[in-house]
Amino acid sequence: MRALVFFLVAASVAAVPAYASEQHPTLADLANEVICPTCHTTIDQSSSPIALRMKAFIRERIAAGDSKSEIKDKLVAQFGESVLAAPPRSAWLLPLVGAGIGAAVLAILARRWRRGRPESSEPGPSSNGRAALTPDLDRRVDEELARFDA
Amino acid sequence: MARRGKLILQMAAVSVVALLISLFAWQLATKEQARGLTSALERGETPPAPAFTLARLAGDGEISLASLRGKAVVLNFWASWCEPCKEESPRLESAWRRYRDQGVVFVGIDVNDFKGDARKFVERYGLTYPILHDGQGSTIGRYGVTGFPETWFVGRNGNLVGARIQGPVNDSELNEYIRRALAES
Repeated sequence: MRALVFFLVAASVAAVPAYASEQHPTLADLANEVICPTCHTTIDQSSSPIALRMKAFIRERIAAGDSKSEIKDKLVAQFGESVLAAPPRSAWLLPLVGAGIGAAVLAILARRWRRGRPESSEPGPSSNGRAALTPDLDRRVDEELARFDA
Repeated sequence: MARRGKLILQMAAVSVVALLISLFAWQLATKEQARGLTSALERGETPPAPAFTLARLAGDGEISLASLRGKAVVLNFWASWCEPCKEESPRLESAWRRYRDQGVVFVGIDVNDFKGDARKFVERYGLTYPILHDGQGSTIGRYGVTGFPETWFVGRNGNLVGARIQGPVNDSELNEYIRRALAES
């Protein structure tokens, strides 16, 4: 219970700056999330003409009171999804669902595979990882050791 | 069952690797195709012009390269933030007015640009030929465009002719390559 309360408080504290950044973004909040289409780096790392123009556009939109998402949407409308350094949340969904299904299928297959393995009549590995001796070999080792001692 | 499971796992692993290799090969092939166009033109060949369909900057419909078959096409890649494009635009407009009744179409492709900025540019330089908007630059990869402005010439049969002009085009280049584009049928 205490852990749950701690988690909720921590999540609330973390959400405050994220909310502020969404509602009242700064150029710095956006410049490292937007790609310059000619130089393929984020615009905070570029001084190409289009990167400078994009920064000016972001400043204009911030002054007009747009939220971070609204500014991003306007940039996507002009330059396509590739203008965003990170794909939108919806774009993550399909690969995540695919990876989840794939992992589930692999887990089921691995389980069935393990269950389906026949019980081995071969001697299992000993604790040091090497194969255990057969009774015949064990007997011969004892004989050799006895001869050595004699 | 064990063997079957193992086989499925192996197939899945092979499929993933095959997918990654295919993606890599596709990317290489696209780059190679763009490089190949320039090399082919330099050898005097006339490779097919890469197809495209783009929205008009003015917002009224789309134009595809295929729809211009039968006409010589001057393809000019530009952007409003490109300084040399400002120098070139009046020359292109003047040539367009000279050639438009002779089966020649000039098409400006505004790339990696804000539509609003491009519209102001068009208005400022009085451009009357069709201008298309390619905000995300989907065409520049296919043509291997490395900077702006850049101009290509497409013959009446849809094949590229002449040479790619990197930087502002001059009148003698325009006249020469339009003549060749009109001759290609």
